[in-house]
Amino acid sequence: MGVIWDKLLYYLQYPFVIYALIVGVLISLVASLLGVTLVIKKYSLLGDGLSHVAFGAMAIAAILHFSDELPFTIVVTIISAIFILKKGNNAQLSGDALVAMFSVGSLALGYLGLSLFSTSSNISGDVCTTLFGSTSILTLTLTDVVISVVCSLLIILIYLINYHQFFALSFDDEHAKASGMNTDRYNLILAVITAVVIVLAMNLVGSLLISALIVFPALSAMRVCTSFRSVTIAASLLSMLCAFSGIVISILAGTPVGPTIVAADMFVYVLVCLWNGGKR
Amino acid sequence: MNLECIDLSIGYRQPIAENINFTLAQGDFLCVLGANGTGKTTLIKTILGIMRPLAGEVLYDGQKEHCRIAYLPQHLNVQQEFPATVGEVVLSGMMVHHHGFFYGQKAKKKADDIMRSLNIRDLKKRSYKQLSGGQRQRVLLARALCADNELLVVDEPVNGLDAQAKEQMYAMLAKLHQEENMTIIMISHDVQQAIRYATHILDMQAPMMFLSKEHYIKNKQMEISSWA
Repeated sequence: MGVIWDKLLYYLQYPFVIYALIVGVLISLVASLLGVTLVIKKYSLLGDGLSHVAFGAMAIAAILHFSDELPFTIVVTIISAIFILKKGNNAQLSGDALVAMFSVGSLALGYLGLSLFSTSSNISGDVCTTLFGSTSILTLTLTDVVISVVCSLLIILIYLINYHQFFALSFDDEHAKASGMNTDRYNLILAVITAVVIVLAMNLVGSLLISALIVFPALSAMRVCTSFRSVTIAASLLSMLCAFSGIVISILAGTPVGPTIVAADMFVYVLVCLWNGGKR
Repeated sequence: MNLECIDLSIGYRQPIAENINFTLAQGDFLCVLGANGTGKTTLIKTILGIMRPLAGEVLYDGQKEHCRIAYLPQHLNVQQEFPATVGEVVLSGMMVHHHGFFYGQKAKKKADDIMRSLNIRDLKKRSYKQLSGGQRQRVLLARALCADNELLVVDEPVNGLDAQAKEQMYAMLAKLHQEENMTIIMISHDVQQAIRYATHILDMQAPMMFLSKEHYIKNKQMEISSWA
């Protein structure tokens, strides 16, 4: 135990480890906040689709040699989110099919673009990093950290201010509309912050695993809590706990960060199911 | 609230029903009858502002814009597995214009009073998804009353309820109509109950008719005697 503790303290001296912990915990928090609403509205796959769009956007940014890929990726993903949401309400093309099209389309184009134009000597390594996160959370630049922290805090603020509106939107949007709420506006806000969260979370777990951060904490919390408020709080706490322990374990054990965090989330979900099942 | 529908056409792109004209005064109880597909639900969605009219207009107290309407949807159409307590669901009726993470004392007091009047105060901490159909419907009615107390729109309120819960539901609506003088619009399949409680009938079956209850009954009687 002492050896592990010494090793942890040794790593904590490095700013990149501190950065990773701060950004990782914050991003997991916002992902789980949104997750509650997305899971209930049956939009879980919107997150998955958008993460693939973000992969495509990041590939384009890499091909065009942008010095920082984050702002470009965020903008492209937000635009796609708005497009999917607007068109998804249209009867001609269901939201589900649209998400599938966007998702595989951008994945294919992104990889195609990278293999045709990339100057990197290790394309599959780069792609693997973008898809599974691997160590990118440990190589964050200071700009990335600032952007992630500011965006996360903004999203938390927006969520808290509009908490009742998100509740109404998730539970019964027709009733909300009849009570005079501008549901289109709040759906738009939801799409935009989902897009931002996804791009931020790419650094943490990679684009293929983002949905895990969105769904697992929400599902675990929904198994044990009765009120919406306690679900929200429990999902945030569980998500932060899993992110923190996932990052620490991956540093100590040398495992890839993203999959370790997701494994922690899954572990908690299974524990909750067992505990809950035993109670019944 | 007064409600006027003027030359209203409703539907998604294609009109389902056209030239709907009627006026309701404060305290009227309108029952909308008609088979499936005649546009009953589309009509109330248009009145609620969930859908736009294809032509014509709806005026609320003479104004084009409505601010709040109490709406009781069919409980089967509302999320069944939603993680929330009864208290949270009821409070959500008045919170859509309120910002922040917490509820005000005034809002809590009002919700408590409404829950007490509908006999669901003791369910406040219970989980919404564990309730029976009749209890859910009462919780949703409480939420509607939190949103507004002038115009209540009700979509098949007794669908999927057992006989006892049906009676309770109708009794509550009658009480709101008589004691609170609310204007009520109710969709129903049940002509008998409609005639018992409504003051006006809108029959969406072609040819569409908007009549006071007395006229509607007289019409039906004439129809029956013409068969004989």
